[in-house]
Amino acid sequence: MAAGERSTKRKKILNDILVNGSLLIIVLIWTIPTLGLLVSSFRTRTDISTSGWWTIFPHKEWVLVKEMEVPEGLDRKGVMTIEGATGTFKEFRAGIETPDGRRVAWVGNRRLGKIQIQANEWTTRTDFTLKNYKDVMTGKQYEVRQPNGSVRIEQGDNMAGAFLNSLTVTIPATVIPILIAAFAAYGFAWMRFPGRKPMFILVVALLVVPLQVALVPILTDYVKLDLNGTFLAVWLAHTGFGLPLATYLLFNYISSLPRDLLESAFIDGASHFTIFLRLILPLSMPALASFSIFQFLWVWNDYLVALVFIGSKPDVQVLTMRLAEIVGSRGNDWHLLTAGAFVSMVLPLLVFFSLQRFFVRGLLAGSVKG
Amino acid sequence: MAGVTYDNVTKKYGDVTALKNLSLEIYDREFLVLVGPSGCGKSTALRCLAGLEEITEGEIRIGDRVVNDVPPKDRDIAMVFQSYALYPHMSVYDNMAFGLKLRKTPKDEINRRVHEAAQILGIEPYLDRKPKALSGGQRQRVALGRALVREPSVFLLDEPLSNLDAKLRVQTRAEITKLHKKLATTFIYVTHDQVEAMTMADRIAVMKDGVLQQVASPQELYDHPVNLFVAGFIGSPAMNFFNGTLTGDANEMYVDTGAFRLRLSDETAKKVNAYLGKSVVLGVRPEDVHSPEFLPTDVLGAAIHARVELTEMMGSEIYVYMVAGEDQNFIGRIDPRAKYTMGQEVEVVFNLDSIHLFDQDTEKALL
Repeated sequence: MAAGERSTKRKKILNDILVNGSLLIIVLIWTIPTLGLLVSSFRTRTDISTSGWWTIFPHKEWVLVKEMEVPEGLDRKGVMTIEGATGTFKEFRAGIETPDGRRVAWVGNRRLGKIQIQANEWTTRTDFTLKNYKDVMTGKQYEVRQPNGSVRIEQGDNMAGAFLNSLTVTIPATVIPILIAAFAAYGFAWMRFPGRKPMFILVVALLVVPLQVALVPILTDYVKLDLNGTFLAVWLAHTGFGLPLATYLLFNYISSLPRDLLESAFIDGASHFTIFLRLILPLSMPALASFSIFQFLWVWNDYLVALVFIGSKPDVQVLTMRLAEIVGSRGNDWHLLTAGAFVSMVLPLLVFFSLQRFFVRGLLAGSVKG
Repeated sequence: MAGVTYDNVTKKYGDVTALKNLSLEIYDREFLVLVGPSGCGKSTALRCLAGLEEITEGEIRIGDRVVNDVPPKDRDIAMVFQSYALYPHMSVYDNMAFGLKLRKTPKDEINRRVHEAAQILGIEPYLDRKPKALSGGQRQRVALGRALVREPSVFLLDEPLSNLDAKLRVQTRAEITKLHKKLATTFIYVTHDQVEAMTMADRIAVMKDGVLQQVASPQELYDHPVNLFVAGFIGSPAMNFFNGTLTGDANEMYVDTGAFRLRLSDETAKKVNAYLGKSVVLGVRPEDVHSPEFLPTDVLGAAIHARVELTEMMGSEIYVYMVAGEDQNFIGRIDPRAKYTMGQEVEVVFNLDSIHLFDQDTEKALL
């Protein structure tokens, strides 16, 4: 008996370790790259291209102590001894460690090179800058060489326009589907009408339709209607793609509200519409909030739908597309991408943290039973 | 102020019949309790009256008005739910005022009614609180108050006490009864608890499987149950039943249960003469089982032999679980001075004046 208890206890501990351990690993997998991105966004362009972001932490590195000319009279093609290190040119190029912990390295080519004496020391690279953010926010300055030889400085696009465009796309594309879905979910959950079940099954079935299959037909229609490249086009598209999930999620929540509550309201004299406005909407806040976070993040981060239906004209271009352009045609400005990514993350983070209390607080607590 | 009439009401859910030809008249200002085991249709009957369910056949009248097609809000009723169904996001005041606001009652009138109801129920200090900040009993009062402010002609209460703890339940029971006296309105109260039914009701309607069994005052129901079900349902501990046959002749009639033979009083024998030789069920309430030494003088008794299986001391009485013959189990509520012990062979006396006889086939009362 006692042995059995002990073994179940051990099993429980093992189980806890497994669960918590894998959670920890998942958390690390998610957060470490984010941290790296954040750190990189504050580093200078050269730093980013020559060393990893983790070099901001104390680490051992070879630091230059002394630079000197290659001593005269050495056989540069054979084995040489310099500063107590012995080796061929190739070995010196890679660096030879001397017994006293220093490193002798040959810099440059065989004929004109120099010798560096390096010591292995604890260092950190904390050469931070806000320039990336400045460039991203205000637009990068380009030097344009004029035909007459003079140099003109041109201000590149900043992100403000794209930021506003993204907002213009995202807010209606979040609010519209939620409104429609809440009405629909209430209808499916609490109203009796012919064809209720088949229609609901249809909505659930639409959950599995990948939006890519709809891109071309919708685009064709948009072109016919002359909607392409307008905000309305992308609002409608996101509404359509978001509705099945929204309806389904809200249905699950709304149909689980206690029946007594609605019946009580009926007897109190409320119509369906009053019940929806005064009871269902306030009580469904947690579900509405969680879905709006989903939808908001999805639309904010969306590239494909925006690319197809809006395109990249600067007056309608959204943040994700701007971000893709920021890297430059040859990826030469990717240090700006790190800062740009964080600028574009600010709003989603704000949204999440301002709405997350709805996940934590169950509004229904205490309404029914003790 | 209005009575309620169920006229041959049937309610079907698909193939399931929840209510079968229910005909029941509830008088104005009456406290009627609908009681029965779960699934007996008592809640359905109430919900049909409230207008939350449509009835399949028949007619429901409130006062003189047929309400079959009247929406709930226009039926002039108020309902208290088992779960209280308080609106969790509204304060107590708003909960109570909600129905009045929807009816466009003037503000000061709403204010007056809410405060009046709150005062009656003793919840005035909590008017600004949300339901979740209240205890179970307080929530229950708010639910009552919400019904009260509507000043309806019929109150419907669907097991309003079943979420309260035992002590609070007894207390609230008395308060609801008082409220009924004070308001002088028709109350229809659904419960599965026969103690609630017995203590609160003017009349009790016992239901089983969607069929109304008996409507009568608590005393009448207790003394003269019309069938086996009602006899077994009302009373705690429940009535003892013995299967037997009527033997003997018109002058000397017996119930023979196999374990014992009980001679019926002449008066009883006269009533059941026609059943001589047929199978019957003998019903004896536990309090009609006496110990011979402490037999009240006015009791016409018949002694039988039994073995004590178990005793439960209740203070004012003892519940004695006994077996007569091989397997005829029964319970007696016996004077605590009778010192029965487990395994003891005893004589107990049945009060012949208050025995019940039922037809074994139809389960109907014969007396």
